[in-house]
Amino acid sequence: MTIDWGNFTPWTALAGGVLIGAAAGLFVLLNGRIAGISGLLASLLERDAEGRGEKLVFIVGVLLAPLLWVSFTSLPALEFQSGWLGLGVAGLLVGIGTRYGSGCTSGHGVCGISRLSPRSIVATLTFMAAGFATVFVLRHLLGG
Amino acid sequence: MRKLTSFAAGLLFGLGLLLSGMANPAKVIGFLDLFGAWDPSLAMVMVGAIGTALVPFSLAKARQRSLLDAPMQLPSKRELDGRLVGGSLLFGVGWGIAGICPGPAIAVLLSGHWQVLLFVLAMLGGMLLFSALERRRSC
Repeated sequence: MTIDWGNFTPWTALAGGVLIGAAAGLFVLLNGRIAGISGLLASLLERDAEGRGEKLVFIVGVLLAPLLWVSFTSLPALEFQSGWLGLGVAGLLVGIGTRYGSGCTSGHGVCGISRLSPRSIVATLTFMAAGFATVFVLRHLLGG
Repeated sequence: MRKLTSFAAGLLFGLGLLLSGMANPAKVIGFLDLFGAWDPSLAMVMVGAIGTALVPFSLAKARQRSLLDAPMQLPSKRELDGRLVGGSLLFGVGWGIAGICPGPAIAVLLSGHWQVLLFVLAMLGGMLLFSALERRRSC
């Protein structure tokens, strides 16, 4: 392992994290809800989900964030690492996996760890390990 | 009022994702490439997010109702089961393939990249597939 100092952006990463944590903290204190994106999205797919309207406006807020962002600066560049097949398979796995696992990076990784939930700590360690292993296989064993 | 605070929290959440660098799949893969040239930035995102959210969540845990008088809906499940671990494994593999997780996918959905649209459609398809499988299980 070597550290990629050229791409390391500690301050914007930390500041972005603070905003994410503040948003999750406000959402739980004011609305009593977990800011877990996969869970919120799944509720939008059910017709009679509890608090659907409130969940929908949270997602709309996330969707519209780029519009507010571009009034200050240009959007960050997006570099995609996979073609249509990889994106399709990845999306399917993320969709089904976050439902079986009851959460994703935001619900388990941020909210769950912040409330010291053992389930979320196990989930986060598991998906991080799976992510490390997947990139290792794709980039170093198969990719070269 | 609660819809307004929900919208504001979502907006702040999205801005945080954009600022953090999480929106760029290459940056996420750089973090997941532990055995190559490792970019630790996203560990800093987690430090910032958890460090900020720890106090609000510990306050929330001690309350029955939110500050706006909504029921405090914190997950009550405790057991560490195969579904939690298996689901998280599948999610991690998908995350590692594309470098995209649900939050950033939504935050950049309107940026006009077909890749994000395809990913989100496949992700929603995966969620619907889960619901269909669950319905069959309960029959």
